[in-house]
Amino acid sequence: MSNRVVITGLGVVAPNGTNVSDFLQAIQSGVSGIKHFPEYEDLKFNCQVGGIPVFEWEELRNYISETSLYGLKGKGIAYGIKAALDAWTDAGNEIVSEHPFWDTGCVFGSSVADTDVIKNAINRVDARESKKLGSRVVEQIMNSGVTAYISGRLGLSNKIINNSAACATGTQSIFMGYEYIKYGMAKRMLVGSCEFVDRYVFGGFDSMRVLSRKYNDEPERASRPMSASAGGFVPGSGAGAVVLEDMEYALARGAKIYGEVLGGSTNSGGQRNGGTMTAPSSEGVIRCIQQAISEAGISADRIDLVCGHLTATVADKLEIQNWVKALGRSGDDFPLVNSLKSMIGHSLSAAGSIETVAAILQLKYNFAHPNLNLEDPMPEILDAIGSNNLPTTKVNRQIDIVAKANFGFGDVNACLILSKFN
Amino acid sequence: MDRKEILNELKKVLVPYVEDKTILQGVTEQTDLIKDLKINSANLVDIIIDAEAQYNIEIDFDAAEKMYNVGNCIDVIAEKINKPA
Repeated sequence: MSNRVVITGLGVVAPNGTNVSDFLQAIQSGVSGIKHFPEYEDLKFNCQVGGIPVFEWEELRNYISETSLYGLKGKGIAYGIKAALDAWTDAGNEIVSEHPFWDTGCVFGSSVADTDVIKNAINRVDARESKKLGSRVVEQIMNSGVTAYISGRLGLSNKIINNSAACATGTQSIFMGYEYIKYGMAKRMLVGSCEFVDRYVFGGFDSMRVLSRKYNDEPERASRPMSASAGGFVPGSGAGAVVLEDMEYALARGAKIYGEVLGGSTNSGGQRNGGTMTAPSSEGVIRCIQQAISEAGISADRIDLVCGHLTATVADKLEIQNWVKALGRSGDDFPLVNSLKSMIGHSLSAAGSIETVAAILQLKYNFAHPNLNLEDPMPEILDAIGSNNLPTTKVNRQIDIVAKANFGFGDVNACLILSKFN
Repeated sequence: MDRKEILNELKKVLVPYVEDKTILQGVTEQTDLIKDLKINSANLVDIIIDAEAQYNIEIDFDAAEKMYNVGNCIDVIAEKINKPA
């Protein structure tokens, strides 16, 4: 049994747009969401820039009940609720439903539970005031908090899963939802991921010396994927969400269809042969991409656009070399390639879902968004794929098939092959 | 503070936990927090925490268990206010 899986709804909360139409406009015109934060300077971080959505907390009144909003403090959960419910309504559904949807599930990922909420719990408990914590702490510090809020609000009653695979989380959650529908376990899946990079997670990465530190006074230039002057990534926050549906179910209800998930894969290099806790094994990455292409039943020649992981570290050149090997294409024959991180930074577990929303928009509206700050591509990247496939301004072109991949700590990989719906 | 004054203060404590605020207007001592005001039972602890802060009292577990309708809440609060925590 194998069903076709289509995309019927999108939602996004990103540093350069907190709804799909603003986000579309921002990625078409190359709007950066990276800003300088005095808080980071005060904390003596090397990197003092970041991508944080301009999020109106009050807006959530239109999304969840007032009693549920009262006491909600977790920003990652809040971003996730907005993106997921936007995707749900974009797919033509109502938020409030009396009955459970037994055929509809949710896979929504995150990396750490909200540390602002955890910090409050730690401070209270250590001050011997645990009695004052109240009933709303546990639901927000449990990793599955975001899926609990989303599924509870919408009445989703199929598989409800919170996945976590570091920077591959979002892509993996979409792949998991796709598989459940493909193999007949669910008719619809609301999938995505969220991230709020608080100061503690930020500090951990800062200490690893993997963050951008030379552009603190020019924040919009700080995130420079594939650039020879790239000196590390810029942490970002937000959420992305997608509604996936069994094709026949979507057609029967006359749903608007953005595109189709043709195939995908998630694997690990096993932290062997060059793969480590923090670096991907090329063999694992190449296998993941090739498995996704094989499952999609297409030839790699048909891919028009690669939406890479490409975080703006020295690993970018290795990633491009891996794509060249995986696709068997190089030089001018390589597809267009871009990295949304040049505009919004690296939103860790949310990266895959926000970037997949961007990939679907490029597919639907036939364009490749610009790579910001790519004045000086890495020589190894130019050697591998030339400069014609590295757009620095928006390229209007027929885009039929997109390959989207993300790679995360723990040597985990996830890749999706997305196409127009025919 | 008499029972009517406590009731008026208590209504303010209940507001954030009641979805349909119009129900609060008709609150009497017989109003049940869960059945009538549709308050999520998990939130009763939050109401107790807020009431403790509001009246500067401490409500122990045994007293808290009695607080299922508005009249019981007023009983517990009235007793604690008259007896410093």
